[in-house]
Amino acid sequence: MSPAFGRGAMTNHMVDLKNTDVALIMGSNMAENHPIGMKWLGEGRRVRGTKIIHVDPRYTRTSVVADVYAPMRSGTDIAFLGGMIKYILDNDLYHKEYVNAYTNAAYLVADEFDFEDGLFSGYNADKRSYDNTTWDYQYDADGTTILKDPTLTNPRCVFELMKKHFSRYDIDSVCKITGTPKNKYLEVLKLFCTTGAPNKVGNIMYAMGITQHTVGSQNVKAFTIVQMLLGNMGRPGGGINALRGENNVQGATDMALLFHIIPGYIDSPMNSKPHKDLLSFVKAVTPGAANVQANNMEEFRAAVAAGIPNSGFKINSSKWVVSLLKSWWGDASKPENDFAYHYLPKREATKNYSHIAMFEAMDKGEIEGLFVMGTNPVVGGPNANKEQTGLSKLKWMVSCDLWLNETAEFWTYAAWERPVENDKVKILSPKDIQTEVFFLPAAAVFEKEGTAAQTGRWVQYRWKGAEPVGDSRSDLWMIDHMARGIMDLYKDSTRPEDEPIKNLTWGYGHGDEPEPILVGHEYSGYTVADNKPISAGFAALKDDGSTACGCWIYCGQMTTKPDGSLDYKPMHRDNVDNSKTGLGLYSNWGWCWPVNRRIIYNRCSIQPDGVTPWPGDDDRVLIRWDAAAGAWVGDDVCDTGKTSPPDKANPFIMRPEGKGCFFAAKGSFKDGPFPEHYEPWESPVRNLMNSQKFNPATKVWEPEKLGKVEEYPFIGTTYRVVEHWQTGALTRNLPWLAELMPNMFVEISEELGKLRGIDNGDKIIMSTTRGDIEAIACVTKRIKPYIVDGKEVHMVGALWQFGFKGYATGDPANRLTPHVGDANTMIPEYKAWLCDIRRA
Amino acid sequence: MARSLTNLYDVSKCTACRGCLVACKDSNQLPAVIEPFKGNYATHEDTNGNTYTLIRFIEHEDPVDGVRWNFLKWQCMHCFDAECMKVCPKNAYTKTEWGATIHDEDKCIGCQYCTYACPFGIPKYRKRTDTVTKCTLCYERVEEGLKPACVRTCPSGALTFGYRDELLQQAEERVKMLRANGFPRATIYGKLELGGTNKIYVLTDTPDKFGLPVEPKVSANTWVWQDWVQPYAGWLIPIALAASATSFVTNRILDSKKKNHAEGGHE
Repeated sequence: MSPAFGRGAMTNHMVDLKNTDVALIMGSNMAENHPIGMKWLGEGRRVRGTKIIHVDPRYTRTSVVADVYAPMRSGTDIAFLGGMIKYILDNDLYHKEYVNAYTNAAYLVADEFDFEDGLFSGYNADKRSYDNTTWDYQYDADGTTILKDPTLTNPRCVFELMKKHFSRYDIDSVCKITGTPKNKYLEVLKLFCTTGAPNKVGNIMYAMGITQHTVGSQNVKAFTIVQMLLGNMGRPGGGINALRGENNVQGATDMALLFHIIPGYIDSPMNSKPHKDLLSFVKAVTPGAANVQANNMEEFRAAVAAGIPNSGFKINSSKWVVSLLKSWWGDASKPENDFAYHYLPKREATKNYSHIAMFEAMDKGEIEGLFVMGTNPVVGGPNANKEQTGLSKLKWMVSCDLWLNETAEFWTYAAWERPVENDKVKILSPKDIQTEVFFLPAAAVFEKEGTAAQTGRWVQYRWKGAEPVGDSRSDLWMIDHMARGIMDLYKDSTRPEDEPIKNLTWGYGHGDEPEPILVGHEYSGYTVADNKPISAGFAALKDDGSTACGCWIYCGQMTTKPDGSLDYKPMHRDNVDNSKTGLGLYSNWGWCWPVNRRIIYNRCSIQPDGVTPWPGDDDRVLIRWDAAAGAWVGDDVCDTGKTSPPDKANPFIMRPEGKGCFFAAKGSFKDGPFPEHYEPWESPVRNLMNSQKFNPATKVWEPEKLGKVEEYPFIGTTYRVVEHWQTGALTRNLPWLAELMPNMFVEISEELGKLRGIDNGDKIIMSTTRGDIEAIACVTKRIKPYIVDGKEVHMVGALWQFGFKGYATGDPANRLTPHVGDANTMIPEYKAWLCDIRRA
Repeated sequence: MARSLTNLYDVSKCTACRGCLVACKDSNQLPAVIEPFKGNYATHEDTNGNTYTLIRFIEHEDPVDGVRWNFLKWQCMHCFDAECMKVCPKNAYTKTEWGATIHDEDKCIGCQYCTYACPFGIPKYRKRTDTVTKCTLCYERVEEGLKPACVRTCPSGALTFGYRDELLQQAEERVKMLRANGFPRATIYGKLELGGTNKIYVLTDTPDKFGLPVEPKVSANTWVWQDWVQPYAGWLIPIALAASATSFVTNRILDSKKKNHAEGGHE
C-alpha cells in the first residue's frame, strides 16, 4: 500500500466498518480470524444495510454471513481485481472528481516505460530482477516538475496506460483463470462498483490470503487501484484494511521487528556507500534527496527548511533518524560524531535477512544461535521439515514461551516422527543433535503490562490481570535483564567496537520488573534538556540533537499533566464517540498513530474545495477547511498540512507526489508499477495472461523442490480456524479449546473425495516435494472444484495450526509448504502450491 | 407469573465461533470432552453430561441457494410446559418465576426418565455424579442481575437476553427483514412450538434445515407418567423406578437411532 498511499497500515479502524455501504472481504476469513471485528460489519448491516461480499477459495464461516459469496482459485487475485478495474473503466463507474483531484491519473509517464508479454521495461532474466529507471514520470525542463494532462487523454498519462494495461482482463478471460462462475463474478462487480457513486463508500478487508503469495504486494496494489478509482480512500466506511493476524503485529512492525527497517518504517542502514555516514544515510532515506547539494548536516538542514527536496512529509526523515540515535545513545550521540550513526549495525547490502533466508542460512550452518520469542517455526515456518533440520545446526537456541512448544522440543523423538518414509525428508534423532536448548518460561498476555497496537493502529495500554504462573516472566523482563547483563559484561571495555553496547541508553526503572511507561516515554519522544515528553507530536522533532524519540510515529502519545506526572494516552478509556455524526471515532479511547488520526488520508472525506461534502454524503465528512480560522477543523485530526489551504492540501502527504498513485514509480516495487497476473510458483495450469509462468522478480531458493503437476496435481493451501491461535502453542494446550478442534484435518470437495476414494472422516496422507503429513479428511460441499480454462482443478485445504505437543495434536501442514516468497516482502507463499492426497 | 426472561438466538448473525460453548463450560466448571475429529466442525455430536450447549454445523445444497452452512446453538429450550418436569418422579425439576427450567441434582436419582421424555433429547446422564444434568439458563447469574454466560460472551450479537415479549417482537422484525433479503423461508422457532419455549430462535430457513423437529411432540410415555404414575408418586416410587427401568430398555430399543444415553456422560 505504501507505494500507492505512502503508508502501509490499515487505513481505517474496526469500529469504522459499520460506516460502509459495501464490504469486500477478499483473502480473509474474517469471521473466523477476527470474530470481534466482524461484529462491526453486523452493526453496519443493522444501521445502514451494509452488504457483505466474500471472495475466497472456500465457503467459510465468513461466507455464511456474507450477502454474496464468490469462489476464486487461490493465487488469482490480480486477475479477479484486474477484471474489476477494467469493468470500472469500461462502464465509466469511477469517481471522476476524486480521481482527478486526489490521484496521479493525469501524470505523464516516461516514453521509455514499456510492458510486453508480462514483462515491464528493464528486465534482466539472469538476475531475475528489474532495472526500474524507466518506471518514471515525464518532467519539464527543470527536471523536477512532473508533466500532467488533466484531460486524461494523453496516451502516456497514467490513466490511459492503466486502461491499456488492464484491457486484457475481460470477464471471460478472468473467469477462465480464477474459476469463478461468471454470474457470481458479475454479481460481485455490480455490487462493489456501486460504491463509485459519490454518496457511497466501499471498504476492502484482506489478510494473509492476499499477502502470502509470490505476488502478495501486487495483490494489495490491485486493491489500491480499485479503491482510488471508486473514490473510497480516506473516507469513513472505506479504505483498505489489512486485518492483522496478531493483536500486536501492528506494534511489532511499528517497532521494526523486521530486517529491512528501523523503528518508524525507515530503511535500515546497509554497509553500502549511500549509507556510509549520517549525511549519506539521511539523503538516502529522504525521497528525492540524493541530489540535494549539501556537504554537511547544517547545509542539509537548511535545504529541508527551504522545502527541498520534494518528498512530501518524509522531507523530515533526518529529524526522525537523529532523534532515534539520540534516544538510543544519549550523551554519546553528538553532532561531532554524526550522532553515533556509526554505532548502528549495518546489514549486508546484497543479503536478504527475511525468515526464509535466515533458515536457508541456518541450514548451511551460517548461524550459531537463535532466540525464539513469540513464534514457533517448527509449526509455523514454511517448509517446516527443512527449518527443523536447520535448528539442529545451531550451537544454541533459546525458546521463550508459555509451554514447551514444538520448537522448544524440536530435538525430541516425537519431533521427528513422520507418517511415511520419504528419502527426500531428513530424519534425525536426539543423539544426532548437538544444539543446546534453553527454555525461558514466559508470562501470558494477561500476566504482564504494556501496550499493544491493534490492527487499526490504536495503541492501548493493558494492565495486568493476574500474576505470572511460577517462574515465568514478561518479555520485557527477559529483554531488560539480558540487556543489563550484556552491558555489565562490557562495562570495562576500552575497545571502540564495544561502544554501542557500553554507551547504550538503558533505564526502565530500578526494580526487578521494568516499567512499561518508561519504554513508552522513550518512544513517545522527549526534549533532551529537561526529559519532558514532546506533546506536540513528531512535527516538533529536531535533527540537532535537542530531541530524542525512539519511534517517530509514536511521538506525542505522552504528555505531562498539570501536576507534572506523565499522561500516557494509550491508558485513556473514554468510550464517548466524539464524532458529531455518529461515525464511532472514539478519539479519546487509547491513542492511535499518527498523532491520534483515526482515519488516515481523511482529506479525501470532503471535496477538493475543502468545504463541500461529497454529494449526499454529509455525515461522512471528517475534516473541513475553516477559512476564517485558516485551518482544517473536524472530529478527526486532519491528515494534511493543518493550515494548508484546500488547493495546496495534498491528501497523500507521505508520497512525494502528494497524490494516490495508480502508477508506482521507480523503486516502489521490485516487480512492476502495475499489478500483472502471474501463476503461483507451483501451479497446476499455465499462465493465460502472458507467457511468464510465475512472478519474474521472485527469488527462487530451491529450484529442485518445484513440484510438477503430473506428480502433484492438486492445489494445496493453508489456513486457520477460530478455535486455535496461530501455531496453536497456546490454544492446543487449553482443554476447552482442544476439545473444539482436537485433530489436524484437511478439507476437500466431494468430487475430489470420489476421485481419490476418500470418505468423510478417513485418514489421509498429503504430500508435496517437501514432505508428507497425515490428517483426517473433511469431505465437504463447501469446497468445489474450479473450472480453469475448461479443466477441473481441485484444491486441498489444510489447517496449519497443529503439532505434536498439547492436547490437540496433528502433523504441521507447513511440512508441505515451499520456501518461496513475495518479490518485495519475502512473505512466504503459504497459500498456493502443488500437492497430492491419498487414503492412509 | 412474572414476565419471562429469555435468550434470543439469531442464526443469521452467528459465526459459529463457539465462544458460547467455552463460556458455558467455564461458568459451570465442566471438564473438556475430547472426542476425535470425525469430519464435522461440531466435534460433539450431542449434548452430554459435561457439555450443556454446542453448535451444530449442517451443510445444505440446492440448485437455487447453492451451498448453505447452517449453524445452530443447541441446548435446553426451557419449554413452558416442560416434559422433563412432568415425568420426574422426585420433582427434581422446577420452573423459576421468569421461565428457566432448573434441575436439582440433590433430588435427582439418576433414573434418566427425563432424558427420554424431552422432545429435544437434551438432559443427559452424568456418570460421575450419577445424576442428569442440562443447561440451567444460568439462573444463578440471572438472579444476580447478570446475563447468561453464553450471551455475555457472544461477540457477533447472535445471542441476546431479555424479556420474552420484547425479544419476540425483535425476532418478528428480524424475520421480516430476512424474508425480504434473500431468506424467504426465515422463521421464528420457539414461539408456538410445544406451547412456547423460553429460548427463541430466528432461523434463516425451515427448522428441518437446522436439525430441529418441525413439530416437536411429547412422547406417549409422558402421558402415562403424568396421568397415572405421578399422582401416586409418593408411594409408588419403587414401582416407578421399576417402570423407569422397563421404559429405559424399551426406549433404547425403539430409539436405536439415538446414541447410547447411559454413557452420554463421557467421563
